[in-house]
Amino acid sequence: MEDLSLHILDIAQNSIRAGATRVEIEVVERPSENLLSFTIRDNGCGMTEDQLSRLHDPFFTTRDTRRVGLGIPLLKQTAEQAGGALTVTSAPGEGTAVEARYEYDNVDTPPLGDVAATLWTLVVTNPKVEFEYAHGRGTRRFELSTAALKETLRVSKLSTPGVAKALRKYIVENEQRLAEGVAP
Amino acid sequence: MKLEDLRKIVEKEAGAELPEGSARYTVVVGMGTCGIAAGAREVLAAIVDELEARDITDVIVTQCGCRGLCEREPLVVVTAAGGDETVYADMTPARGREVVASHVAADVPVGAYVLPASELP
Repeated sequence: MEDLSLHILDIAQNSIRAGATRVEIEVVERPSENLLSFTIRDNGCGMTEDQLSRLHDPFFTTRDTRRVGLGIPLLKQTAEQAGGALTVTSAPGEGTAVEARYEYDNVDTPPLGDVAATLWTLVVTNPKVEFEYAHGRGTRRFELSTAALKETLRVSKLSTPGVAKALRKYIVENEQRLAEGVAP
Repeated sequence: MKLEDLRKIVEKEAGAELPEGSARYTVVVGMGTCGIAAGAREVLAAIVDELEARDITDVIVTQCGCRGLCEREPLVVVTAAGGDETVYADMTPARGREVVASHVAADVPVGAYVLPASELP
């Protein structure tokens, strides 16, 4: 994975495959505390203690199409190389939370990458999943809730072409303003 | 862009929602770890962009997990309303656009990128 936005997409896809109907994604950039982190919390099927204990083993996977599971081990490796850590908490039937923390100024911290593309991809390809997204950068913050958005826009899904197109522009512009330090 | 601006654009420009089960084609992009690492996110964006450019609105674009063909990712599966499935391998954004232009818009599959049935798991 070239950047953190691709890891976020990968971990959120895990949530969807775990049957989640609601996925929360929070990205935090706090240079004053030398912190860059993201958290993905879902209401999917969760994992047993046994599954959780084998999570960092690349030769453990619940899937049957491929016998290695690389997503979590890769993420753990990039976080630890960058003076950070990966924390995974889960309970069967309740869901899973994955938090990856990095030192903001560490040369081994991967770039954040295109989080706008990741968010838009998740939202338009998973119309039955509700996403709660927040990206804080210093004192600025961009938030997006698909449930609230559908209500405001009076649409039943955000994947309809005209809606998806406008939504991409909205997400890209707001992420750009955040990166430039302008209030969204 | 403020939320209010988004609301106005959607109110003005968004067409009718596609009724359940009425899509002419469903395009599925592999988004397992293998697909994402190979560039699936950009392939999907190119496909959606090409559909928009051609004003094609009766096609669903969605994602799936790993199909066990990691070395041929990004994979794109185009399924016709009748159930006929075509699997495209080693996709790129440009190839994704070609598949939209030929297969989706004109019902002519792009043979060069089709995964032979013998390679299906």
